Amino acid sequence: MRLIADSLSGERGGEQVFSGVGFALETGGSLVVTGPNGAGKSTLLRVLAGLLPASFGTVKIEGGGESFPTVAAASHYLGHENAMKTALTVSENLGFWREFLGEPHLESSEALEIVGLADIGHLPFGYLSTGQRRRASIARLLVSYRPVWLLDEPTAGLDQVSELQFAALMKAHLDDGGMIVAATHQPLGLADARELRMGLPV
Amino acid sequence: MLALYLRDIRLHVRAGGGALTGVIFFLAVIATIPFGVGPDLNLLARIGPAILWIGALLASLLGLDRLFQSDRDDGSLDLLIMAGDRHMLALTVFVKCLAHWTASVLPLVAAAPLLGLFMNMPPTGIGASALTLLVGTPAITFIGAAGAAVAVALPRGGLLISVLVLPLTIPVLIFGVSASYGAVAEPDPFLPPFLILCALTLFLAVLGPVAAALALRWGAD
Repeated sequence: MRLIADSLSGERGGEQVFSGVGFALETGGSLVVTGPNGAGKSTLLRVLAGLLPASFGTVKIEGGGESFPTVAAASHYLGHENAMKTALTVSENLGFWREFLGEPHLESSEALEIVGLADIGHLPFGYLSTGQRRRASIARLLVSYRPVWLLDEPTAGLDQVSELQFAALMKAHLDDGGMIVAATHQPLGLADARELRMGLPV
Repeated sequence: MLALYLRDIRLHVRAGGGALTGVIFFLAVIATIPFGVGPDLNLLARIGPAILWIGALLASLLGLDRLFQSDRDDGSLDLLIMAGDRHMLALTVFVKCLAHWTASVLPLVAAAPLLGLFMNMPPTGIGASALTLLVGTPAITFIGAAGAAVAVALPRGGLLISVLVLPLTIPVLIFGVSASYGAVAEPDPFLPPFLILCALTLFLAVLGPVAAALALRWGAD
């Protein structure tokens, strides 16, 4: 499976934030997107996810088969927001996404155990701390299978132990034949990740 | 899809007050009318169906702004849009509309017969109004979904949605009220306007979600 982006340009509010970005990721490959604030890292991820139209260039996935015909269908997107409902319990949130997203992978309880939240699955999501919310959100990546993970500042709010845990999770996903594109300011602990440096538009 | 329906119902119930606010607003509108119009029982009975319909229409517009906005605020909307290859986005919108209708509009329909008593309506009139509301209010939700999708990016879109949606709901109102009148006022027919009302609901059940899905798809930022 290959994820290919070809001379992508993205704009926000009519202003071009980046242009000419191209890369190709093979199975098991990862790409870390770095750059100063406002360089267009989040915009790039949203363009990859198909949430924003690219003003120029194309993104496609090759060899996705019937289950993953487009990049959007083949990707998990972990944005700044956690996509969880504060009024529902953590397990209910995960259970919903597991059923809705399809391609069920781990059970909600297993995923919660992996991110270290096994004993608080019954609590409403709104009661959790920032770091716990992030971890619950990371558990969402595990309950339903997607080959590509698009991660926008995935470790924001995580403590050091959880960061290491998350690095191990990402490694397991890559060994499993997955792909990761992550925008970040901090090192994520991905050993042989390629780096895409984005500069401010000039 | 069933999961989405159940989740939205649960959210409506847990967040609390959504349905109750609508019913209380409906009650307030209906209870004010006799004071304004005066205690002429025949007049009240005559305008009853129209007042019930207008009250239900306004009350059902109340919660529409949260239809997509809460999902947008916590990022769920992005994932719903991305899942478009598995679940057609229009279908997702349709299911969300159904959940919204069940949780916040159905209580209005259930309250309508009781409020009909306030208007001194005859039993057949009350029955006909409740039936037309049951059939017609989904159409209002489907039109409202399109309005809510257009205004999803606006922080205070509530009033804007009502203003956008209200003119489009007029046909539903007209046929709903004329069917309710048809049941009590003798020469007027009941069935033709009622069937047109059913047709409007079916038609908008397709058009509304498709329009809303388009707006959501291209309104993402």
